Amino acid sequence: MHSNQYTLIYAAVLSIVTAIVLAVAAEGLKPLQDENIALDTRSNILKAVRLDYTDRTKINEIYETKIQEMVVNTAGEIEEEKPVQVDLKNQINIDPAERKLPLYIYTDDDDKKYYIIPLRGTGLWGPIWGYVSLEGDYNTVYGAIFDHKGETPGLGAEIAEYPFQKQFQGKKIMEGDKFVSVNVWKTTYKSPLGQEHRVDGISGGTITSDGTDDMIENCLAPYVTYFDKTKGKSQVALK
Amino acid sequence: MASQAHAEAPPIVKQKKDGLFSKKNIQILRDPLDDNNPVTVQVLGICSALAVTVQVKPALIMSLGVIFVTSFSNLIISLLRKSIPTRIRIIVQLIVVAMLVTIVDQTLKAFLFDVSKKLAVFVGLIITNCIIMGRLEAFALGQKPWPSFLDGIGNGLGYGLILIMVAVFREFFGSGSLMGYQIVPQWAYDHGYVNNGLMVLPPAALFIIGLYIWWQRSRNEKLVNVS
Repeated sequence: MHSNQYTLIYAAVLSIVTAIVLAVAAEGLKPLQDENIALDTRSNILKAVRLDYTDRTKINEIYETKIQEMVVNTAGEIEEEKPVQVDLKNQINIDPAERKLPLYIYTDDDDKKYYIIPLRGTGLWGPIWGYVSLEGDYNTVYGAIFDHKGETPGLGAEIAEYPFQKQFQGKKIMEGDKFVSVNVWKTTYKSPLGQEHRVDGISGGTITSDGTDDMIENCLAPYVTYFDKTKGKSQVALK
Repeated sequence: MASQAHAEAPPIVKQKKDGLFSKKNIQILRDPLDDNNPVTVQVLGICSALAVTVQVKPALIMSLGVIFVTSFSNLIISLLRKSIPTRIRIIVQLIVVAMLVTIVDQTLKAFLFDVSKKLAVFVGLIITNCIIMGRLEAFALGQKPWPSFLDGIGNGLGYGLILIMVAVFREFFGSGSLMGYQIVPQWAYDHGYVNNGLMVLPPAALFIIGLYIWWQRSRNEKLVNVS
């Protein structure tokens, strides 16, 4: 039997050695990982307007030629920052009127504009995020994509699957002049809101579904104010 | 394959040194592939076998990850086996396994980002894969580094073999493709062929593993009375 002292020192030395190995590995691989994450973001933004590419150069090429990045605010002004500089994690918790709002504008070959809005919220086990694209009427959802850090596979993680995301296409976020969002509800849930404002939630993934619902409402609301302020003069303001 | 006790006392009679690929060592490597397969005979590591076998590519990467972790954790623990304080040996094993798994995870994120997104939590869960701790406790703690390393590779291969076999079935019948390449031609779909929806759901893995165990035991007499 080893002495207590030996055991303690052994544990300490082993911990330090593994910590050093892991720190070196994590730091060494970080630049490559960051590059992958940046590309993944671009690919997700494109997927929000139903463009699905897997090729690295193609994603970058389309993104750089077709997507316009900007940061706006609820007063209808354009901020000086770039979307990369805005940390959504902090923004979603502050008063909507004071948020900085990253906005991506996609112009297709027919010169039609789509407005891509980044989302971020909380699922069951960790953060969830995504992008929703609106058509030029600032009302109809053109496409949506969601992703997550560690939702349960088969349950909450289904939000990252195409069948769930496809439901959002063609839904409306406004009822008349009122913002009602697109709600993630059980099909039998009773509400005066019509089918165009709701999608079917995930069985067994209620907390993630609710999180997605909250996320969409919380993140879209300030943009609606922005769109209201710029409507009519949009061509000028968005240039 | 009785598990070896934690060997502290050196053998009294000095054994003849085995060659690197002696019959005994080859046996260590081959045993887990069939007669003592960790998944189908010992029924360990089933959880990930259900989860990552929808397509061949993630299954392949997962298998390589497990082979890396089993072989090197066996090697490291075997090298340390005489110095590890018995009272904290499980913690020591866990630290080594967790370190290797984190390295696999970070490497995947850097070089195979799309696969790492598909495997998601399952890479982290390699830590809890019973095969790894089982081999450390049963083998590496009492054996020399080289046989331990081979035992790790053997068990990782045994696991990977089942994973890939299940994945081939599931991807072929579930999506009509292999490694992402379409195998079933379009005219088959035009003439009414439909992919089997069950195959992409987790229960399909259970059925395939069940059928494999049936086939394996009916063929291999050594396994007739293994429960």
